Amino acid sequence: MATFETMKILIVEDEKDMRQNMQTTLEKENFLIEPVATYKEAMSKIGVYDYDCILLDIGLPDGNGLAILKTLKEKGYSDSVIIVSAKDSIDDKVYGLELGADDYLPKPFHMAELNARVKAVLRRRKLEGNNLLEVANVTININNHQVNVDGESMELNRKEFDVLFYLCTNQNRLVSKSALAEHVWGDYIDQTDNFDFIYSQIKNLRKKLCDKNAELEIKAVYGIGYKLLVP
Amino acid sequence: MKLLNYTTTYFAVILIFLLGVWALIFYFEILDEIYDSMDDGLDNQKMLVIRQAKEDPSILSKNAFEDGNYIITPTTAQHSRGFTDAYRDTLMFMENEDEYEPVRLLESVFQQNGQYYKIKVVTSMVEEDDLRKELFFSLIWLYLGLILTILVLNNVLHKKAWKPFYKLLHQLEKFSIEKDSKIKFEATKIEEFKLLNERVDRLLKKSVESYKSQKEFIENASHELQTPLAISINKLELMAENANLPPAQMEELGTVLHSLERLTRLNRSLLLLSRIENRQFEAKENIAWNDLIKQIITEFDDFAEHQQVKISLTEEAHIEHTGNKDLAGILVSNLLKNAIFHTPSGTAVEIKISAKGIEFINPGSAPLEKSKIFSRFKGGEKEDSTGLGLAISKAIVEKMNMDLTYNYTSQNHIFTIFF
Repeated sequence: MATFETMKILIVEDEKDMRQNMQTTLEKENFLIEPVATYKEAMSKIGVYDYDCILLDIGLPDGNGLAILKTLKEKGYSDSVIIVSAKDSIDDKVYGLELGADDYLPKPFHMAELNARVKAVLRRRKLEGNNLLEVANVTININNHQVNVDGESMELNRKEFDVLFYLCTNQNRLVSKSALAEHVWGDYIDQTDNFDFIYSQIKNLRKKLCDKNAELEIKAVYGIGYKLLVP
Repeated sequence: MKLLNYTTTYFAVILIFLLGVWALIFYFEILDEIYDSMDDGLDNQKMLVIRQAKEDPSILSKNAFEDGNYIITPTTAQHSRGFTDAYRDTLMFMENEDEYEPVRLLESVFQQNGQYYKIKVVTSMVEEDDLRKELFFSLIWLYLGLILTILVLNNVLHKKAWKPFYKLLHQLEKFSIEKDSKIKFEATKIEEFKLLNERVDRLLKKSVESYKSQKEFIENASHELQTPLAISINKLELMAENANLPPAQMEELGTVLHSLERLTRLNRSLLLLSRIENRQFEAKENIAWNDLIKQIITEFDDFAEHQQVKISLTEEAHIEHTGNKDLAGILVSNLLKNAIFHTPSGTAVEIKISAKGIEFINPGSAPLEKSKIFSRFKGGEKEDSTGLGLAISKAIVEKMNMDLTYNYTSQNHIFTIFF
C-alpha cells in the first residue's frame, strides 16, 4: 500500500491564513510540513533540506516563486513542485510547467483538491510501481482503474471510479460537492451552480459498495458534501 | 442630407429670390430709360419736321403716316392756346407684323405763317411682352449657370477643403474601442479642422485609456479577491471537518460555503471575461468541433439526467476550424449548460451541426429579449446563475471571429454559432 507518512512538504506562501489552512489540512495526512512566507526563507530552506513536495506561491513579497523553481531545476533537485497561484493565468501556467513544475493549482481551491493533487504528485514521484490504494477491504488499482473488494472485482463506470478514488484519497475528510464535481466532471462543469446531480452517482456507488460488502461508508454531510468513513 | 447638397439647396432657393427681385428692378429701370430716350428722340424729330416744313410747306398737308412717322393737321388758334406737348402710348397697325403694335406718340402744335398746325410724331415702341420674355429666358440661363458654377465649386473646392473632415468621419465610423483601432489624422491648414482633429484625438485617447484601465481594474480586482476567497472557503471547510457542530449549524455553514463558492464562480467568470477581452488565449490549433461537442455532452450527461433533460446530437456536417481550443470548449459548455438549465424537465435539448453552423435548440414558452441576453448580468433571472455565461459566449465568438445569434421560432430558443 502506498504510504505518505514521513514525507516532507515545504509550503511557500506569504498569506498567513492561507499558509495555515494548507498546513492544517496536510498535517492531517501526517505529512511533515515546513511553512515559510518569503522568497529568502524558501531559498535558504531548499539549500539545506530535501523536500518531497514544494507548494509554491508565485507572487511573493520579496521575489517571484518561479525564480525558486528555476533555481531548483538548475541545481538538479528532484523535489516535486506544485505552483499555487492567485493569478490563474495561462502564461504563468504554461511557463511554470515548462520550467518543470509538476502541477498548477489556481486559487481558490478546495482543501480536498489540494490533498488530492499533493498525493498524486507524490505517488508519481516517490511510489513508482506501487499503484495500489488500499482502504479497508477495498483495493483500488490506479493504473487500470480496477477496484477489488476482498479480492473480488467490482464493476464501476469512469465517473463512479473517479468519485470513489477521490473520496478514498480524502478518506475521513469532508469533500464538498463542488470540489467533487470540479474534480470528477471536469473543467466545463465548474460553471454550474447546482451540483445536486452528483447525488445519483453517489447513490449508485453506495449500492455497488453495499452489494459487495465493502467496509466503506459514504456519508452525506448536511448539504455540504460527503465523507468517506473507514471503520 | 449631405453637407454639400445642403448648402447647394440653400443657394438655389436664395438665388431664385435674389434674381427675381433684381430682374424686377432691372426691368423697370431699363423701361424707364427706354421711354426717356424715345421721348427725346420724338422731340428731336418734331423739331426737325417743323424746320423742314418751313423750307417745304408741302409737307404741311401730310395727314397720313403712310410713308413717314408724322402727320400735320391744321388747327385753330383757340385750340392751340394753352396746348403743351403730350406723350402718349397708342396702337398702330404695322404692315410688317400684320397687327396692331404699341407706338409712342408726341402731340404738339406749331405756328407757321399765322396758321396753327397740330403735329403728331410716332416711333415704334419697345415690345414689353417680348422684352419680358427675353429677360425671363436670360434669367433662367443665368440661374442655371450660377447653380452649375456652385455645384462645380462645391464639388471641387469644398470637397478638397472638407477632405480631412470626411476622412475623420469615415475612420470614426469604423472605430471600435474594443478592437483598439487607431485613427490616422489628416494634416490640414484649416483651423477648425485642426481643432476638431485635436479634440477628437484627445477624446479618443482618454476613452481608450479609461476603457483599458477599467478592464485592468476588473482583472486586478478579480485577482485580489481570489486569496481572501480561498482563505474563507478553506477555513470553513476545515471547520466543517473538525468541529462537531449541531446539524442546524452545519447546514448554516453549508449555506455560507455555497454562497462563497458562487462568489468564486462569479469572480472566475469575470476574470475569464476580461482575459478574453484582454486578448489572452492567443494559442491556436485546429478544432474538430464534432468531437469537442461529443466530449462535452458526455461531461454534461449526469447533469442533464438530473435535470431530466435529454441531449440529442444531429451531425449533418463535419466542422473543423482553427481557433483556441480552451475558448471553444467554454463556448460549447456555456451554451449547452444554458440550454439544459433553462429547458423544462422532460424535454430535450438538441444540438445540430450543419454546414450553416452549430445550433443549440431547446423549448421555451416565451422569447428572450434579444438586445439584453448577451449583456452582463442581464441574461437569465434564474437563481444560481452567474449571469455571465452568454456574455462570455459572445466575447468568445467575437474573439474567434465567429458569430453567435439568438432566435425564437416555433416555441424553441435557438442559439446558433456561425463560422
